[in-house]
Amino acid sequence: MLKKRLIPCLFLKNGHLVRSEHFSYHQLLGDPIAQVERINSWSADELIYINISNDEHYDLRRDDKKTKSIDNIYDIIERVSKTCFIPLTFGGNIKTIEDIRERLKRGADKVVINTAAFENPDFISEGAKVFGRQCIVVGIDVKIKSNKEYEVYVEHGKKATGLHPVAWAKEVEKKGAGEIFLNSIDRDGTAKGYDIPLITMVVDAVSVPVIACGGVGIFEHFVDGIKEGGASAVSAGNIFNFTENSVIEAKKVLKNAGINIRPVIKIK
Amino acid sequence: MIAIIDYGLGNLTSVKNALDFLGIESEITNDIKKIQKADNIILPGVGAFGYGMENLKKLGLVEVLNKEVIENKKPFLGICLGMQLICKKSYEEGEFEGLGWIDAEVIKFNVEHEKLLVPHVGWNEVACNLESTILQGGNTEQTFYFVHSYYPDVKDKSIVMGWCNYGVVFPAILQKDNIFAVQFHPEKSQTEGLEILRKFESL
Repeated sequence: MLKKRLIPCLFLKNGHLVRSEHFSYHQLLGDPIAQVERINSWSADELIYINISNDEHYDLRRDDKKTKSIDNIYDIIERVSKTCFIPLTFGGNIKTIEDIRERLKRGADKVVINTAAFENPDFISEGAKVFGRQCIVVGIDVKIKSNKEYEVYVEHGKKATGLHPVAWAKEVEKKGAGEIFLNSIDRDGTAKGYDIPLITMVVDAVSVPVIACGGVGIFEHFVDGIKEGGASAVSAGNIFNFTENSVIEAKKVLKNAGINIRPVIKIK
Repeated sequence: MIAIIDYGLGNLTSVKNALDFLGIESEITNDIKKIQKADNIILPGVGAFGYGMENLKKLGLVEVLNKEVIENKKPFLGICLGMQLICKKSYEEGEFEGLGWIDAEVIKFNVEHEKLLVPHVGWNEVACNLESTILQGGNTEQTFYFVHSYYPDVKDKSIVMGWCNYGVVFPAILQKDNIFAVQFHPEKSQTEGLEILRKFESL
Protein backbone atom coordinates (compact mmCIF):
# COMPACT_ATOMS: atom_id res chain seq x y z
CA MET A 1 0.00 0.00 0.00
CA LEU A 2 0.94 3.64 -0.31
CA LYS A 3 3.89 4.76 1.77
CA LYS A 4 3.94 7.73 4.08
CA ARG A 5 6.23 10.41 2.69
CA LEU A 6 9.11 12.44 4.09
CA ILE A 7 9.48 15.74 2.25
CA PRO A 8 12.22 18.32 2.77
CA CYS A 9 10.91 21.83 2.14
CA LEU A 10 13.37 24.43 0.91
CA PHE A 11 12.62 28.11 1.16
CA LEU A 12 14.09 30.38 -1.48
CA LYS A 13 14.59 34.09 -1.24
CA ASN A 14 16.13 36.01 -4.12
CA GLY A 15 17.76 32.84 -5.41
CA HIS A 16 19.25 31.84 -2.07
CA LEU A 17 18.24 29.10 0.28
CA VAL A 18 17.05 30.54 3.58
CA ARG A 19 16.10 29.35 7.01
CA SER A 20 12.71 30.63 8.08
CA GLU A 21 11.37 31.57 11.50
CA HIS A 22 7.78 32.63 12.11
CA PHE A 23 7.59 33.42 8.39
CA SER A 24 9.44 36.69 8.99
CA TYR A 25 13.06 36.13 9.89
CA HIS A 26 15.16 34.61 7.09
CA GLN A 27 18.73 33.47 7.55
CA LEU A 28 20.80 33.04 4.41
CA LEU A 29 22.01 29.47 3.82
CA GLY A 30 23.43 29.64 0.31
CA ASP A 31 23.14 27.71 -2.93
CA PRO A 32 19.81 25.88 -3.42
CA ILE A 33 21.28 23.53 -6.02
CA ALA A 34 24.09 22.11 -3.92
CA GLN A 35 21.63 21.44 -1.12
CA VAL A 36 19.21 19.53 -3.33
CA GLU A 37 21.97 17.29 -4.62
CA ARG A 38 22.72 16.25 -1.08
CA ILE A 39 19.10 15.69 -0.19
CA ASN A 40 18.35 13.62 -3.30
CA SER A 41 21.15 11.20 -2.59
CA TRP A 42 19.76 10.80 0.89
CA SER A 43 16.51 9.26 -0.29
CA ALA A 44 13.94 11.97 0.30
CA ASP A 45 10.55 10.99 -1.15
CA GLU A 46 9.75 14.35 -2.72
CA LEU A 47 10.98 17.91 -2.55
CA ILE A 48 9.07 21.12 -2.09
CA TYR A 49 10.59 24.48 -2.99
CA ILE A 50 8.77 27.58 -1.82
CA ASN A 51 9.95 30.82 -3.35
CA ILE A 52 9.31 33.65 -0.91
CA SER A 53 11.06 36.37 -2.89
CA ASN A 54 9.27 39.66 -3.03
CA ASP A 55 10.50 40.54 -6.48
CA GLU A 56 11.02 38.60 -9.65
CA HIS A 57 14.80 38.84 -9.71
CA TYR A 58 16.90 35.98 -8.41
CA ASP A 59 20.63 35.90 -8.33
CA LEU A 60 22.72 32.98 -7.20
CA ARG A 61 25.95 34.80 -7.86
CA ARG A 62 28.18 34.81 -4.85
CA ASP A 63 31.35 36.85 -4.62
CA ASP A 64 33.12 34.05 -2.79
CA LYS A 65 32.08 31.30 -5.21
CA LYS A 66 32.56 30.98 -8.91
CA THR A 67 29.06 29.70 -9.55
CA LYS A 68 27.10 30.56 -12.63
CA SER A 69 24.46 33.16 -12.04
CA ILE A 70 20.84 32.01 -12.00
CA ASP A 71 18.48 34.85 -12.71
CA ASN A 72 15.07 33.35 -12.27
CA ILE A 73 13.03 30.60 -10.71
CA TYR A 74 12.73 28.75 -14.03
CA ASP A 75 16.47 28.26 -14.18
CA ILE A 76 16.42 26.96 -10.63
CA ILE A 77 13.68 24.45 -11.56
CA GLU A 78 15.64 23.33 -14.61
CA ARG A 79 18.82 22.88 -12.63
CA VAL A 80 17.12 20.96 -9.81
CA SER A 81 15.26 18.63 -12.18
CA LYS A 82 18.51 17.61 -13.84
CA THR A 83 19.85 15.99 -10.70
CA CYS A 84 16.78 15.17 -8.72
CA PHE A 85 14.73 12.13 -9.75
CA ILE A 86 11.89 12.35 -7.30
CA PRO A 87 8.66 14.37 -7.57
CA LEU A 88 9.35 18.10 -7.43
CA THR A 89 6.88 20.68 -6.20
CA PHE A 90 7.36 24.41 -6.62
CA GLY A 91 5.43 27.18 -4.89
CA GLY A 92 5.51 30.95 -4.63
CA ASN A 93 4.22 33.73 -6.88
CA ILE A 94 1.99 31.38 -8.89
CA LYS A 95 -1.00 33.37 -10.11
CA THR A 96 -1.94 32.11 -13.56
CA ILE A 97 -2.32 28.91 -15.58
CA GLU A 98 0.71 30.06 -17.56
CA ASP A 99 2.75 30.26 -14.34
CA ILE A 100 1.89 26.61 -13.68
CA ARG A 101 2.55 25.53 -17.26
CA GLU A 102 5.98 27.17 -17.31
CA ARG A 103 7.02 25.44 -14.08
CA LEU A 104 5.86 22.02 -15.30
CA LYS A 105 7.65 22.54 -18.60
CA ARG A 106 10.92 23.16 -16.75
CA GLY A 107 10.65 19.97 -14.74
CA ALA A 108 8.24 20.57 -11.85
CA ASP A 109 5.67 17.82 -11.21
CA LYS A 110 3.34 19.79 -8.97
CA VAL A 111 2.82 23.36 -7.83
CA VAL A 112 1.76 24.88 -4.53
CA ILE A 113 -0.73 27.71 -4.83
CA ASN A 114 -1.63 29.76 -1.81
CA THR A 115 -2.50 33.47 -2.02
CA ALA A 116 -3.89 33.15 -5.55
CA ALA A 117 -6.20 30.33 -4.38
CA PHE A 118 -7.59 32.60 -1.68
CA GLU A 119 -8.06 35.53 -4.06
CA ASN A 120 -9.76 33.35 -6.64
CA PRO A 121 -10.75 29.83 -5.52
CA ASP A 122 -11.75 28.98 -9.10
CA PHE A 123 -8.06 29.13 -9.97
CA ILE A 124 -7.75 25.78 -8.12
CA SER A 125 -10.49 24.22 -10.30
CA GLU A 126 -9.00 25.67 -13.44
CA GLY A 127 -5.54 24.33 -12.61
CA ALA A 128 -6.95 20.90 -11.74
CA LYS A 129 -8.91 20.79 -14.98
CA VAL A 130 -5.92 21.65 -17.15
CA PHE A 131 -3.18 19.70 -15.38
CA GLY A 132 -5.01 17.13 -13.24
CA ARG A 133 -5.75 17.50 -9.55
CA GLN A 134 -2.64 15.53 -8.56
CA CYS A 135 -0.69 18.52 -9.85
CA ILE A 136 -2.36 21.15 -7.67
CA VAL A 137 -1.25 21.42 -4.06
CA VAL A 138 -2.92 24.17 -2.04
CA GLY A 139 -0.79 25.75 0.65
CA ILE A 140 -2.56 26.73 3.86
CA ASP A 141 -0.61 28.84 6.37
CA VAL A 142 -2.21 29.05 9.79
CA LYS A 143 -1.71 31.25 12.84
CA ILE A 144 -3.36 31.19 16.25
CA LYS A 145 -5.16 34.45 16.99
CA SER A 146 -5.16 36.17 20.38
CA ASN A 147 -8.51 34.53 21.18
CA LYS A 148 -6.84 31.10 20.67
CA GLU A 149 -8.74 30.48 17.41
CA TYR A 150 -6.98 29.31 14.27
CA GLU A 151 -6.94 31.57 11.21
CA VAL A 152 -5.62 31.18 7.66
CA TYR A 153 -3.06 33.75 6.51
CA VAL A 154 -1.92 34.53 2.97
CA GLU A 155 0.85 36.59 1.36
CA HIS A 156 3.42 34.53 3.23
CA GLY A 157 1.90 35.12 6.65
CA LYS A 158 1.28 38.82 6.21
CA LYS A 159 -2.44 39.00 5.55
CA ALA A 160 -5.23 37.54 7.67
CA THR A 161 -8.14 36.06 5.73
CA GLY A 162 -10.79 35.60 8.41
CA LEU A 163 -11.03 31.96 7.34
CA HIS A 164 -10.83 28.96 9.64
CA PRO A 165 -8.41 26.28 8.35
CA VAL A 166 -11.07 23.54 8.45
CA ALA A 167 -13.56 25.53 6.39
CA TRP A 168 -10.86 26.58 3.93
CA ALA A 169 -9.45 23.04 3.63
CA LYS A 170 -12.92 21.70 2.76
CA GLU A 171 -13.38 24.46 0.22
CA VAL A 172 -10.06 23.85 -1.54
CA GLU A 173 -10.74 20.11 -1.66
CA LYS A 174 -14.13 20.81 -3.25
CA LYS A 175 -12.46 23.09 -5.77
CA GLY A 176 -10.08 20.35 -6.86
CA ALA A 177 -6.93 20.50 -4.72
CA GLY A 178 -4.99 17.25 -4.97
CA GLU A 179 -3.16 17.77 -1.69
CA ILE A 180 -2.95 20.29 1.12
CA PHE A 181 0.38 21.66 2.34
CA LEU A 182 -0.41 22.77 5.89
CA ASN A 183 2.06 25.04 7.63
CA SER A 184 1.93 26.57 11.09
CA ILE A 185 3.27 30.12 11.25
CA ASP A 186 3.54 29.94 15.05
CA ARG A 187 5.66 26.80 14.93
CA ASP A 188 7.82 27.79 11.93
CA GLY A 189 11.47 27.75 12.95
CA THR A 190 10.77 27.03 16.61
CA ALA A 191 11.77 23.33 16.71
CA LYS A 192 8.93 22.73 19.18
CA GLY A 193 7.19 20.09 17.07
CA TYR A 194 4.11 20.15 14.88
CA ASP A 195 0.83 21.78 15.88
CA ILE A 196 -0.87 18.39 16.21
CA PRO A 197 -4.43 19.64 16.95
CA LEU A 198 -4.28 21.75 13.77
CA ILE A 199 -3.10 18.81 11.65
CA THR A 200 -5.72 16.48 13.13
CA MET A 201 -8.61 18.83 12.48
CA VAL A 202 -7.63 19.37 8.84
CA VAL A 203 -6.90 15.67 8.22
CA ASP A 204 -10.32 14.77 9.66
CA ALA A 205 -12.06 17.38 7.50
CA VAL A 206 -10.77 16.30 4.07
CA SER A 207 -10.00 13.11 2.19
CA VAL A 208 -7.08 14.42 0.12
CA PRO A 209 -3.56 13.90 1.51
CA VAL A 210 -2.32 16.47 4.02
CA ILE A 211 1.38 17.36 4.15
CA ALA A 212 2.26 18.67 7.61
CA CYS A 213 4.91 21.36 8.03
CA GLY A 214 6.20 23.74 10.67
CA GLY A 215 8.08 23.16 13.89
CA VAL A 216 10.12 19.99 13.49
CA GLY A 217 13.14 20.07 15.79
CA ILE A 218 13.84 16.37 16.31
CA PHE A 219 13.10 13.37 14.09
CA GLU A 220 10.49 12.04 16.55
CA HIS A 221 8.33 15.00 15.59
CA PHE A 222 7.86 13.37 12.16
CA VAL A 223 6.45 10.30 13.90
CA ASP A 224 3.99 12.51 15.83
CA GLY A 225 2.82 14.19 12.63
CA ILE A 226 1.87 10.83 11.12
CA LYS A 227 0.77 8.84 14.17
CA GLU A 228 -0.99 11.55 16.16
CA GLY A 229 -1.77 14.07 13.44
CA GLY A 230 -2.72 11.53 10.79
CA ALA A 231 -0.77 13.33 8.04
CA SER A 232 -0.02 11.47 4.78
CA ALA A 233 3.31 13.21 4.49
CA VAL A 234 5.61 15.05 6.85
CA SER A 235 7.68 18.01 5.83
CA ALA A 236 10.21 20.33 7.40
CA GLY A 237 12.84 22.82 6.39
CA ASN A 238 15.44 23.69 8.96
CA ILE A 239 16.17 20.21 10.30
CA PHE A 240 17.28 19.10 6.83
CA ASN A 241 19.53 22.11 6.41
CA PHE A 242 21.35 21.82 9.69
CA THR A 243 21.59 18.09 10.35
CA GLU A 244 23.97 15.78 8.54
CA ASN A 245 22.42 12.69 6.92
CA SER A 246 19.08 14.01 8.10
CA VAL A 247 16.84 12.14 5.63
CA ILE A 248 18.49 8.81 6.38
CA GLU A 249 18.34 9.36 10.13
CA ALA A 250 14.73 10.57 10.00
CA LYS A 251 13.72 7.49 8.01
CA LYS A 252 15.33 5.21 10.57
CA VAL A 253 13.27 6.84 13.32
CA LEU A 254 10.06 6.56 11.25
CA LYS A 255 10.72 2.92 10.39
CA ASN A 256 11.47 2.02 14.00
CA ALA A 257 8.16 3.63 14.98
CA GLY A 258 6.43 1.14 12.68
CA ILE A 259 5.55 3.61 9.93
CA ASN A 260 5.32 2.34 6.34
CA ILE A 261 7.98 4.45 4.66
CA ARG A 262 10.11 3.94 1.57
CA PRO A 263 13.41 2.40 2.57
CA VAL A 264 16.67 4.22 1.95
CA ILE A 265 18.25 2.77 -1.17
CA LYS A 266 21.99 3.04 -1.46
CA ILE A 267 23.30 4.52 -4.68
CA LYS A 268 25.45 1.98 -6.48
CA MET B 1 20.35 6.27 -29.18
CA ILE B 2 16.99 6.11 -27.44
CA ALA B 3 14.10 7.92 -29.12
CA ILE B 4 11.74 9.48 -26.58
CA ILE B 5 8.51 9.83 -28.52
CA ASP B 6 7.13 13.36 -28.46
CA TYR B 7 3.40 13.33 -29.08
CA GLY B 8 2.45 16.43 -27.13
CA LEU B 9 1.69 14.74 -23.82
CA GLY B 10 3.52 14.47 -20.56
CA ASN B 11 6.75 15.52 -19.02
CA LEU B 12 9.26 14.29 -21.59
CA THR B 13 12.03 16.43 -20.11
CA SER B 14 12.04 14.39 -16.90
CA VAL B 15 12.72 11.21 -18.88
CA LYS B 16 15.44 12.95 -20.87
CA ASN B 17 17.01 14.37 -17.68
CA ALA B 18 17.13 10.90 -16.13
CA LEU B 19 18.78 9.42 -19.24
CA ASP B 20 21.25 12.32 -19.41
CA PHE B 21 22.13 11.74 -15.76
CA LEU B 22 22.84 8.07 -16.57
CA GLY B 23 25.00 9.12 -19.52
CA ILE B 24 22.58 7.52 -22.00
CA GLU B 25 22.20 9.18 -25.37
CA SER B 26 18.61 10.08 -26.17
CA GLU B 27 16.50 12.49 -28.15
CA ILE B 28 12.97 13.80 -27.71
CA THR B 29 11.48 13.44 -31.18
CA ASN B 30 8.52 12.73 -33.41
CA ASP B 31 10.67 12.61 -36.54
CA ILE B 32 9.95 9.28 -38.25
CA LYS B 33 13.49 8.99 -39.66
CA LYS B 34 15.02 9.45 -36.19
CA ILE B 35 12.67 6.86 -34.71
CA GLN B 36 13.71 4.43 -37.47
CA LYS B 37 17.37 5.04 -36.66
CA ALA B 38 17.01 4.75 -32.87
CA ASP B 39 18.24 1.62 -31.06
CA ASN B 40 15.50 1.73 -28.43
CA ILE B 41 12.18 3.52 -28.11
CA ILE B 42 10.52 5.04 -25.05
CA LEU B 43 6.87 6.10 -25.12
CA PRO B 44 6.24 8.24 -22.02
CA GLY B 45 3.14 10.23 -21.31
CA VAL B 46 0.79 11.68 -18.77
CA GLY B 47 -2.72 12.52 -19.83
CA ALA B 48 -5.87 11.11 -21.38
CA PHE B 49 -5.82 7.93 -23.50
CA GLY B 50 -8.10 9.16 -26.29
CA TYR B 51 -6.13 12.34 -26.75
CA GLY B 52 -2.87 10.37 -26.72
CA MET B 53 -3.99 7.98 -29.48
CA GLU B 54 -5.35 10.84 -31.53
CA ASN B 55 -1.98 12.61 -31.35
CA LEU B 56 -0.05 9.46 -32.27
CA LYS B 57 -2.29 9.06 -35.35
CA LYS B 58 -2.11 12.71 -36.29
CA LEU B 59 1.68 12.66 -36.21
CA GLY B 60 1.78 9.46 -38.28
CA LEU B 61 3.53 7.61 -35.46
CA VAL B 62 1.30 4.51 -35.27
CA GLU B 63 2.78 2.95 -38.42
CA VAL B 64 6.39 3.62 -37.52
CA LEU B 65 5.90 2.29 -33.98
CA ASN B 66 4.25 -0.90 -35.30
CA LYS B 67 7.04 -1.39 -37.81
CA GLU B 68 9.97 -0.73 -35.46
CA VAL B 69 8.62 -2.50 -32.39
CA ILE B 70 6.54 -5.36 -33.77
CA GLU B 71 8.37 -6.13 -37.03
CA ASN B 72 11.93 -5.00 -36.27
CA LYS B 73 11.70 -6.03 -32.59
CA LYS B 74 13.35 -2.91 -31.22
CA PRO B 75 13.40 -2.73 -27.42
CA PHE B 76 10.41 -0.61 -26.39
CA LEU B 77 9.50 0.87 -23.01
CA GLY B 78 6.07 2.35 -22.32
CA ILE B 79 5.81 4.58 -19.27
CA CYS B 80 2.48 5.37 -17.54
CA LEU B 81 0.12 6.41 -20.38
CA GLY B 82 2.72 4.86 -22.70
CA MET B 83 1.98 1.51 -21.03
CA GLN B 84 -1.74 1.95 -21.50
CA LEU B 85 -1.51 3.00 -25.16
CA ILE B 86 -0.02 -0.36 -26.17
CA CYS B 87 -3.13 -2.13 -24.86
CA LYS B 88 -6.11 -3.13 -27.00
CA LYS B 89 -8.68 -0.82 -25.54
CA SER B 90 -9.28 1.86 -22.91
CA TYR B 91 -12.40 2.98 -21.12
CA GLU B 92 -11.03 6.37 -20.08
CA GLU B 93 -13.79 8.95 -20.74
CA GLY B 94 -15.33 6.75 -23.43
CA GLU B 95 -14.07 3.77 -25.39
CA PHE B 96 -10.88 3.95 -27.44
CA GLU B 97 -8.76 1.53 -29.44
CA GLY B 98 -5.06 1.42 -28.52
CA LEU B 99 -2.01 0.08 -30.37
CA GLY B 100 -3.14 -3.42 -29.39
CA TRP B 101 0.24 -5.00 -28.72
CA ILE B 102 -0.93 -6.31 -25.35
CA ASP B 103 -4.23 -8.11 -24.80
CA ALA B 104 -5.55 -5.84 -22.08
CA GLU B 105 -8.29 -3.36 -21.34
CA VAL B 106 -7.47 -0.16 -19.48
CA ILE B 107 -9.95 0.38 -16.66
CA LYS B 108 -10.45 2.85 -13.83
CA PHE B 109 -9.65 2.11 -10.20
CA ASN B 110 -12.79 1.19 -8.36
CA VAL B 111 -11.54 1.47 -4.79
CA GLU B 112 -13.82 4.08 -3.21
CA HIS B 113 -15.27 1.37 -0.95
CA GLU B 114 -11.79 0.99 0.53
CA LYS B 115 -11.75 4.75 1.19
CA LEU B 116 -8.88 5.06 -1.25
CA LEU B 117 -8.43 8.13 -3.40
CA VAL B 118 -8.24 8.17 -7.17
CA PRO B 119 -5.82 9.08 -8.72
CA HIS B 120 -3.39 6.69 -7.08
CA VAL B 121 -0.54 9.07 -6.30
CA GLY B 122 2.59 8.30 -4.37
CA TRP B 123 5.22 5.71 -3.58
CA ASN B 124 3.99 2.14 -3.63
CA GLU B 125 5.57 -1.29 -3.43
CA VAL B 126 5.84 -3.55 -6.44
CA ALA B 127 6.38 -7.30 -6.10
CA CYS B 128 8.94 -7.91 -8.81
CA ASN B 129 9.68 -11.01 -10.88
CA LEU B 130 13.46 -10.84 -11.15
CA GLU B 131 13.43 -13.01 -14.28
CA SER B 132 12.44 -9.90 -16.20
CA THR B 133 15.37 -8.47 -18.11
CA ILE B 134 14.83 -4.98 -16.70
CA LEU B 135 14.62 -6.20 -13.09
CA GLN B 136 17.52 -8.65 -12.89
CA GLY B 137 19.72 -8.20 -9.86
CA GLY B 138 17.24 -5.93 -8.08
CA ASN B 139 15.13 -6.57 -4.99
CA THR B 140 11.94 -8.64 -5.13
CA GLU B 141 10.15 -5.74 -3.48
CA GLN B 142 10.80 -2.31 -4.95
CA THR B 143 9.18 1.08 -4.40
CA PHE B 144 8.16 3.29 -7.29
CA TYR B 145 6.33 6.56 -7.79
CA PHE B 146 2.83 6.30 -9.30
CA VAL B 147 0.39 8.90 -10.64
CA HIS B 148 -2.63 7.37 -12.43
CA SER B 149 -6.37 6.72 -12.28
CA TYR B 150 -6.49 3.80 -14.76
CA TYR B 151 -4.58 0.53 -15.08
CA PRO B 152 -4.38 -2.23 -17.69
CA ASP B 153 -6.35 -5.37 -16.89
CA VAL B 154 -4.01 -7.84 -18.60
CA LYS B 155 -5.44 -11.13 -19.90
CA ASP B 156 -2.20 -13.12 -20.05
CA LYS B 157 -0.85 -12.95 -16.50
CA SER B 158 2.44 -14.55 -17.54
CA ILE B 159 3.60 -11.25 -19.06
CA VAL B 160 3.12 -9.41 -15.75
CA MET B 161 6.54 -8.95 -14.14
CA GLY B 162 5.46 -6.69 -11.28
CA TRP B 163 2.27 -6.42 -9.23
CA CYS B 164 1.17 -3.49 -7.09
CA ASN B 165 -1.61 -3.30 -4.52
CA TYR B 166 -3.88 -0.28 -4.26
CA GLY B 167 -7.15 -1.69 -3.01
CA VAL B 168 -6.92 -3.96 -6.04
CA VAL B 169 -3.82 -5.85 -7.18
CA PHE B 170 -2.89 -4.50 -10.61
CA PRO B 171 -0.05 -4.99 -13.14
CA ALA B 172 2.74 -2.46 -12.70
CA ILE B 173 5.40 -4.01 -14.97
CA LEU B 174 4.89 -5.93 -18.22
CA GLN B 175 7.33 -7.76 -20.47
CA LYS B 176 6.37 -9.44 -23.73
CA ASP B 177 9.37 -10.23 -25.95
CA ASN B 178 11.00 -6.87 -26.74
CA ILE B 179 8.10 -4.88 -25.29
CA PHE B 180 8.41 -3.50 -21.75
CA ALA B 181 5.95 -1.31 -19.92
CA VAL B 182 5.69 0.24 -16.47
CA GLN B 183 2.71 1.98 -14.91
CA PHE B 184 4.89 4.04 -12.54
CA HIS B 185 7.45 6.73 -13.35
CA PRO B 186 10.98 5.28 -13.30
CA GLU B 187 12.31 8.79 -14.05
CA LYS B 188 10.80 9.95 -10.73
CA SER B 189 11.58 6.85 -8.68
CA GLN B 190 15.15 7.64 -7.78
CA THR B 191 17.68 4.81 -7.62
CA GLU B 192 15.39 1.87 -8.35
CA GLY B 193 13.69 3.71 -11.19
CA LEU B 194 16.95 4.81 -12.78
CA GLU B 195 18.15 1.22 -12.59
CA ILE B 196 15.25 0.13 -14.82
CA LEU B 197 16.15 2.78 -17.41
CA ARG B 198 19.78 1.70 -17.29
CA LYS B 199 18.89 -1.98 -17.85
CA PHE B 200 16.50 -1.07 -20.66
CA GLU B 201 19.24 0.84 -22.45
CA SER B 202 21.64 -2.09 -22.25
CA LEU B 203 19.21 -4.43 -24.07
